[in-house]
Amino acid sequence: MQATIVTAINDALHTAMAADDRVVTLGEDVAESGGVFRATEGLKEEFGDERVVDTPLSEIAIVGGAVGLAVYGYRPVAEIQFSGFLPPAFDQLVTHASRIRWRTRGTWSVPMVVRMPYGGGVRALEHHSESLEGAYSHVPGLKVVVPSTPRDAKGLLLAAVRDPDPVLFMEPKRVYRSFREEVPEGDVEEPIAEAAVRREGEAVTVVSWGAMMEPTTAAVERLGVDAEVIDLRTIAPMDTETVVGSVEKTGRCVVVHEGPRTGGVGAEVVARINDDALMYLEAPVERVTGFDVPVPMLAMEDYYLPNPPRVAAGIERVLSV
Amino acid sequence: MAEREPSESPTGPQAGRISQADIEVGRARIVRPDGSHDADAVPDLDDQQLQDLYRWMVLERTFDERMVSLQRRGELGTYASGRGQEASIVGSGYALEGDDWLLGTGREAAAMLLRGVSIRDLVLFWRGVGDAAKFMAEENAMIAISIGSQLPMTTGAAWGMALDDAESVVAAYFGDGATSTGTFHEALNFAGVLGVPAVFFCQNNQYAISTPFEKQTRAGTLAQRAVGYGIEGIRVDGNDVLAVYEAMREARALARGGTPAFVESVTYRMDAHTTSDDPTRYRDESEVEEWERRDPIDRYEAFLRSKGLFGEVDREGIVEEVEAEFRAGLEAADDYPEGDVEAVFEYLYAELPPNLEEQLAAFEALLEERPEINDYIERRPKG
Ligand SMILES: Cc1ncc(C[n+]2csc(CCOP(=O)(O)OP(=O)(O)O)c2C)c(N)n1
Ligand SMILES: [Mg+2]
Repeated sequence: MQATIVTAINDALHTAMAADDRVVTLGEDVAESGGVFRATEGLKEEFGDERVVDTPLSEIAIVGGAVGLAVYGYRPVAEIQFSGFLPPAFDQLVTHASRIRWRTRGTWSVPMVVRMPYGGGVRALEHHSESLEGAYSHVPGLKVVVPSTPRDAKGLLLAAVRDPDPVLFMEPKRVYRSFREEVPEGDVEEPIAEAAVRREGEAVTVVSWGAMMEPTTAAVERLGVDAEVIDLRTIAPMDTETVVGSVEKTGRCVVVHEGPRTGGVGAEVVARINDDALMYLEAPVERVTGFDVPVPMLAMEDYYLPNPPRVAAGIERVLSV
Repeated sequence: MAEREPSESPTGPQAGRISQADIEVGRARIVRPDGSHDADAVPDLDDQQLQDLYRWMVLERTFDERMVSLQRRGELGTYASGRGQEASIVGSGYALEGDDWLLGTGREAAAMLLRGVSIRDLVLFWRGVGDAAKFMAEENAMIAISIGSQLPMTTGAAWGMALDDAESVVAAYFGDGATSTGTFHEALNFAGVLGVPAVFFCQNNQYAISTPFEKQTRAGTLAQRAVGYGIEGIRVDGNDVLAVYEAMREARALARGGTPAFVESVTYRMDAHTTSDDPTRYRDESEVEEWERRDPIDRYEAFLRSKGLFGEVDREGIVEEVEAEFRAGLEAADDYPEGDVEAVFEYLYAELPPNLEEQLAAFEALLEERPEINDYIERRPKG
């Protein structure tokens, strides 16, 4: 079937709930109205309002409640309406979700998914634009997944629902509906913790994920360079092997991300290259990132977001050394 | 300290129960839907002020209509209309005074204007111009987009006022949905413990986006929550501007006296949640029509007529006046200068730290070197 990212997510939720009656969907406005982005459309009609639940306005109750359901044996898929509203529930992720398996020495576990649209460029209000995957990937015990295509959105979400550990599933809302592709029908999973090589090349490795794949691909096409483009797909645990393997081949690397630069995932990618492939490098690894500021209010947000010319500048810089 | 448990409080196997069924809160009301009223209950406002309240409600309605149509024309990002909530917004805002603070949620335009915020700045806010919040702050006002997040700081700022023996209060404005957040509980509890001049003003407009009040809480009312914190609660008919005004006056006085107050203003959101929402997905038109019949402006007009005060009121004249004010505000917003790159980095810290200085300089250099970056920078919406 042809699907956008958001319809692929919707399809994955239908598939997951049909396959396992212990999958429960909860969040603000997910049932009656089908979600503010329509990601949960039709679930209530198909699976009923015991398994598809409109919650009170409380991110703590949503995430903490999901932790409890998961510990008890259910497979909750919680929706946070925008990732900017996760912070109140960060406590539940840090304090419980991420460490219950560890705390109980394997007796209890938290097989839950927290889905949330993230990222800028949609002309929204404050707290509707951030990309804090760097902060979330810093929490031991969490998996952080960021799809960039409809096919991955479906396959990775299905894998996340079946994953034995908590997965934070960050959805690039800017490209929710910007393109369609063929997505397989039925129950298909894509592996978590495996990056995807989107384009093979010899000259430079360009690593990105989520909504930044678009400007990254556009920049590579515009420059016409023989770049190897890697879509990280899972931020934590990171597929170091694919990145390092590629850098060993190309000797040059650019990392592109939307979140702030300092302490961002790009820094971690650079560190891993340093650990495993330093001697292969012919140029310092370049980072094209958001600035160390909150995403500006919508009138100025385009100044913040990495765009194709900014990515192209980064690529040219590493190629010029 | 007051004794918590009087010695005559009953004990025994059946004692110690408290139930929803014991609680009957009611709703403060001064003007009945047909405009009739109890003359003694009318607040102590002169004729001019009574007419002024009407003008403010018409302003709120006109402002909301204009803003919604601006958004439709692509001149705003989004907008949260207060249509149907005019009495709640105006009655409460009119009761605030002097240096009172207003920490709001976005659905209280006229209350912001009453605090001294300009129409221009409200337009700029919904256009996503960062400076709007600066001008609001200069009037002791702020809009918190993360629901419920401003409530603990309401307690804290009120604490500061108490320490300073200030004459003012902090009024937090929020919706029914916000009462489900953890911060709501923590803020009201702390305010009660401290005894600070905080007024928690909740516009219960029956919905949090698509989520109806019944899914927000099993409690019959929100006002009853106040009891759990040992503070004062008032539940008021939010479509009766005089009752809301009176409730807010009372709440303000209580807060000034060291007892924080929680006001539940029972009203209805007539428009969509925001311009991005489609309410036909979750509520019946018949429900909206029912509330249409309880229109707060019509009710107040009937009241003014019964007092013989409507003769001098010229609604069309008011609308014209308000529209002229709106046009002037809009023009001022259109003329407001575009920000430059520096604005992205400014104000995060008192002093720009080296990493930001570096990032700014590098970005400015890149903009010079690659002007095509500007093709990806859309100018903000304007008229
Ligand atoms: C913490 C948080 N979670 C979710 C949202 C998304 N959201 C924006 S408004 C809203 C509903 C608010 O309802 P209510 O508090 O009743 O205020 P109303 O909009 O009805 O005035 C939601 C869920 C948000 N802004 N903040
Ligand atoms: Mg509401």
